[in-house]
Amino acid sequence: MLDIRGLSKSFGGVKATDNVSLDFADGSLTAVIGPNGAGKSTFFNLITGALRPDSGEVLLDGIDLAGKSPPEIVRHGIGRAFQVASIFPSLTVQETMLAAVCADQRRSTVLHRRFPLAETRDRAEHAMELLGLANKRHRTAATLSHGDQKLLDIALALVLDPKVLLLDEPTAGMGTEERWRMIDKVRELWETQKITVVFIEHDMDIVFKIAPRIVVLCYGRILATGTPDAIRRDEAVIDAYLGTEEHAEAVT
Amino acid sequence: MTELQAERTPETLSAPRIETRSFRSRYLDVLIALVAFAVLAALPLFFGSKALLDFVIRCSAFGLFATSLNLLVGYTGMISFGHGMFFGLGAYGFGLLMQRTGVPIPVAFVATLLITAVVAAIIGAICVRLKEIYFAFVTLAFQMLIHSTILTWTSLTGGDQGLRGGIPRPAFLGIDLANHVHLYITSCALLVLGLLLMRQIAQSPFGYTLRMIRDNARRASFIGIDVWRAKLTVFVLAALFASTGGMVMAMFVSGAYPEFAYWTISGEGIFINMLGGVTTFLGPMVGTVLLLNLNDTVTRFTEYHGIVLGVVILFFAIGLRKGLMDYVLEWYTQRRDGSGERG
Repeated sequence: MLDIRGLSKSFGGVKATDNVSLDFADGSLTAVIGPNGAGKSTFFNLITGALRPDSGEVLLDGIDLAGKSPPEIVRHGIGRAFQVASIFPSLTVQETMLAAVCADQRRSTVLHRRFPLAETRDRAEHAMELLGLANKRHRTAATLSHGDQKLLDIALALVLDPKVLLLDEPTAGMGTEERWRMIDKVRELWETQKITVVFIEHDMDIVFKIAPRIVVLCYGRILATGTPDAIRRDEAVIDAYLGTEEHAEAVT
Repeated sequence: MTELQAERTPETLSAPRIETRSFRSRYLDVLIALVAFAVLAALPLFFGSKALLDFVIRCSAFGLFATSLNLLVGYTGMISFGHGMFFGLGAYGFGLLMQRTGVPIPVAFVATLLITAVVAAIIGAICVRLKEIYFAFVTLAFQMLIHSTILTWTSLTGGDQGLRGGIPRPAFLGIDLANHVHLYITSCALLVLGLLLMRQIAQSPFGYTLRMIRDNARRASFIGIDVWRAKLTVFVLAALFASTGGMVMAMFVSGAYPEFAYWTISGEGIFINMLGGVTTFLGPMVGTVLLLNLNDTVTRFTEYHGIVLGVVILFFAIGLRKGLMDYVLEWYTQRRDGSGERG
């Protein structure tokens, strides 16, 4: 279980994350929503070690990871994908996967053997298949379409067998149809892999449709958490974020 | 779902290939190295020209140096402007050990590598955390520091005169480095062995870790790679090969001079990499042969060789926008992709 307790981070006078406490049960799927500047990405950056929290705890199965470095946190089982696909442009899809498994098996500093290592193959294959990238294995990452680059980014997180997967706007920069394909993929991964998934999403239709639980952030604080129905009816959320029904549509 | 099933075919086809491919590639490299060494070693039998052998020895020294720089520049994306300090360190370390202690050559060789490793680890620990331009300039600063130390520590290094009086080269294991052909064969052996080891580094899992750091260091750290440690490791490894190049140079000229540790050596390393290209393993080796050839021919005709070299560099940097081997590789890939689909 991922348990966040009293997490805070300020930039100058601005409280980007303000005393956030949340827990994510094993195998849960949660959407994080909130207006621009609500502190969604900062929240992810604090959990994954990209930023050091001012105070608070990030407990994964009881171990406090707050303030540890990104490699350490990844090794404890929190993987992430980025808002702008973060990949290795000059490597092929297959090389990317094989090298990532290598890193996960702590073989990234092996000098006396040749890449790729045989023992990394199965997991790399599995991840490529899961994300539908197997038929593009020999494509250089830079030449992939935007959508495939996002998938590769997720594959990079998933191939490490994380307990918790954080997806920062998996559908960013996509057309409507592509968005739905991506989010179906995310849901499928969540169902088949039985991992904890937390994702940031702007599209309200998507959020209300697929997320069993929603967290609303606003000015770094938790405005509300609950099921889609509860969020839809929450007064504070309606006032601060969703507004009237028309506003909700405008957001999407 | 149908999409997923359709993808199974290429997977099963390529599945057994991975082990055999990496197994084969290593032995292919060893084979190429052996052939290259045999060809180089046979040269003195067919050509009596001392100038040719001298040229190959200098190519060995600079080839080791430039290829090791490419481990940093091309593979890891660390542009070091101070890599020449390890070339100088190798030359001075080896020369001083031979002059002052009289140990056998292999002992001096290994001791120099150890000294280089320690110095590179200290300098690297300070430098590798820095980003791009800062890394470049701090390495350059260390280069200047080592150069001025050599100039001012006259009692040890001979100051601007360099290590004079020749480096003693007692015979070992039947190899007499005072003999020109022996020196030549030893240089070739060091070159081929050094290239083979660097090739192994480049093609190892660690080599791919370096590529990932070059492409996207932030992402690399988010898949669990300790970027700082990997950068420091390759910095030290590259220094060892640069140092070996310096030792070959010291054996060749039987001395060591402050120019070996001056920033211009680092500059030449960068030049060579720009000429030959950084996307292929042998690019810097090709660049070395090109630059040394250019140097030799141009200086014979004009004293303004700097202008000619500058024009050539500009042609590669602005005209081709890549090194020679990069260009060849691109041409080859285009031709292959044009005549048939990629695997």
